[in-house]
Amino acid sequence: MNNANLNLLIGLAMGLNLLALGTSRLPALIRAMSVQGVILGVMPILMEGHPDWRVVLVALATIGGKGVLIPGLLRRAMRTVQIDRELQPLLGFVPSILLGAAGTIAALALTHLLPLLPEHAGTLLVPGALATVLTGFILLIGRTKAISQVCGYLILENGIYLFGLLLIKAMPLLVEAGVLLDLTVGVFILGIIVDRIQRAFDSLDTRKLTALHE
Amino acid sequence: MKSLLLILVPLVAAALAAAWPCNRTRPIFLPAAGLIHTGLVLWLFVDPPAVAADAWLAFDPLARAVLPVVSVLFLICAWYGVTYLRIRGERTNRIFIASLLAVLGLLSAGHQARHVGILWIFTEAVTLAAVPLLHFNGTPRAFEATWKYLLVGGTGIALSLLGSLCLGYASLYGGGDGQLTFVALMGQGAGLSRPWVLIAWVLLLVGYGTKMGLAPMHTWKPEAYGEAPGIVGAILAGGVTSVAFTAILRVRAVVAAAGEGRTADHTLLAIGLFSMLVAALFLLGTRDFKRMLAYSSVEHMGILTIGASLGPAGVAAALFHVWSNGLTKGALFLSAGNIRRAAGSPSMDDVRGMSALTPQSAAIFVTGMFAVTACPPFGPFFSELKVLRAALETGHGVATAVFLGCLLLAFFGLTRVVFGIVDGRPRTAAKAGGRRFVESAGVILPPLVLLGLSLWLGLFAPRMVSDAWAGAVTQLYSNP
Repeated sequence: MNNANLNLLIGLAMGLNLLALGTSRLPALIRAMSVQGVILGVMPILMEGHPDWRVVLVALATIGGKGVLIPGLLRRAMRTVQIDRELQPLLGFVPSILLGAAGTIAALALTHLLPLLPEHAGTLLVPGALATVLTGFILLIGRTKAISQVCGYLILENGIYLFGLLLIKAMPLLVEAGVLLDLTVGVFILGIIVDRIQRAFDSLDTRKLTALHE
Repeated sequence: MKSLLLILVPLVAAALAAAWPCNRTRPIFLPAAGLIHTGLVLWLFVDPPAVAADAWLAFDPLARAVLPVVSVLFLICAWYGVTYLRIRGERTNRIFIASLLAVLGLLSAGHQARHVGILWIFTEAVTLAAVPLLHFNGTPRAFEATWKYLLVGGTGIALSLLGSLCLGYASLYGGGDGQLTFVALMGQGAGLSRPWVLIAWVLLLVGYGTKMGLAPMHTWKPEAYGEAPGIVGAILAGGVTSVAFTAILRVRAVVAAAGEGRTADHTLLAIGLFSMLVAALFLLGTRDFKRMLAYSSVEHMGILTIGASLGPAGVAAALFHVWSNGLTKGALFLSAGNIRRAAGSPSMDDVRGMSALTPQSAAIFVTGMFAVTACPPFGPFFSELKVLRAALETGHGVATAVFLGCLLLAFFGLTRVVFGIVDGRPRTAAKAGGRRFVESAGVILPPLVLLGLSLWLGLFAPRMVSDAWAGAVTQLYSNP
């Protein structure tokens, strides 16, 4: 595999970070996050000429989870709570982008200080991971809507996954464990939907929802 | 085999409880699974199995030093739970009971995990399994607490995964063969890449520290403990936090083997003292007696962390404190739950004179408060004394002074709230909330037994228990 292609993909993912930081529209934020998820999912297959089944499984789970399932659930949650804009962020959109960009530059500079194996020294994996984790944090702290925070968490998770790619050959178990983080996200989204049902009917009992059928 | 049963029995019971049709009889699964679990743990405790060095899950000395108290605490809470869920018969308890049993199974796995990745997986699973427990009351405030728990806890979990990955890279960079058991990592010792080990340490300390509730990552705790039923608070404070604490102990051993033990100890001491200080200051300000218990828990997590930073004697004292704090805090949470139900409010602005309304619960609550603030002859007094002695022997004079100062402030804070709600004339508004709360044996005996166990631990802790703590210390300090 060649580093140039891989770096191109990581560069794209880092660009999507800035896009996610700069938008106020939730559908755009969800799209940026899901495209990033698909890009990350493709990477492990590209990294190895002949990937074994475990790597393919991680790739498929990542693409399916981050690219399709979670964005779908999030869009559903967005419809349920009828919100599609982040109107009053704690940290404005322009400062967010500036902070994200500064973080990306810092990540690139910082990577030179860290000891890396020769086969990883030429890739953007470590700076990409650091920048993405930082983006996730900015969204988690700087946004007020639950759905934006979930997207922030997903981007944080994407950063961790990028870092995990360093270890996918040596210790695949740790990287596979990372897929479980998606489960946390699932619970988050479930929480948003359940809360809405509950506030509307003041009960967790979905049987009461049948009242509307008659 | 028996050690695997510790994990499987509660998980199977959780599945059965989820499938059980009758809401009224379902709570019986809690004490049933709890009894089998405690039986198995005590059997393993008395007759510890041989542990293969490369095992991923095993009842090793560290698990032996902590898991018994978690199991006993769960059993007593399960006993309380039967009556509690009968009082709360109007709510469906299917998810609650299944989650509670799942938490027990996953906790048993987490305590026995000897592999960085496996440990992380089970900590994550415990975090998620506990979510429905916090949400049991179904109020908007409970939802808010659950959301905060998920957001803060989820971030902590994510950071501890990143830390685990960094630890993996430290091993890979040092020429490791991909073995990520703690034993293998300690064996690699100085071969681990130091910069990566330090990054991993910071991330893992913050990640698992969030789960433990160390300041400044403790923000989920007051909300979660304040809104969840008392039984959940007891299990979270005594069981779930201890799995994160043993995780930190295991990681610290690896960091020490890599030659950065001093750095690790300094950070542990600093974060522990900071937690105590923050908790003490908030204790002076809070007016809610369930949130008060949360801050008290933050304080005691600080004490554990300080103990962990003080070398072998300190770690043994900290393991002692895991036991004494878990049991005493359990008694406090359960009796506070009774008072909360009877009073209809958790705030000392609305609650007064509980010694007249719920005399027995109030008596347990006050005694438990004295026990947890380290009044002799209860367990916490002796365990904190041991932490203090370890601190003085290792020459931490200033830290000892701060430690004692925080204990004093916490004592002021706790007595202020506790006597505020116990003394005085009952408010009539408190009684308007429907049926009167009956102090039946089912809600009084469990906290009383916990308090008794705390006393027993202080006065007559058998040799075998302190040997178990010493065994865990030997395991953690076996590598120079």
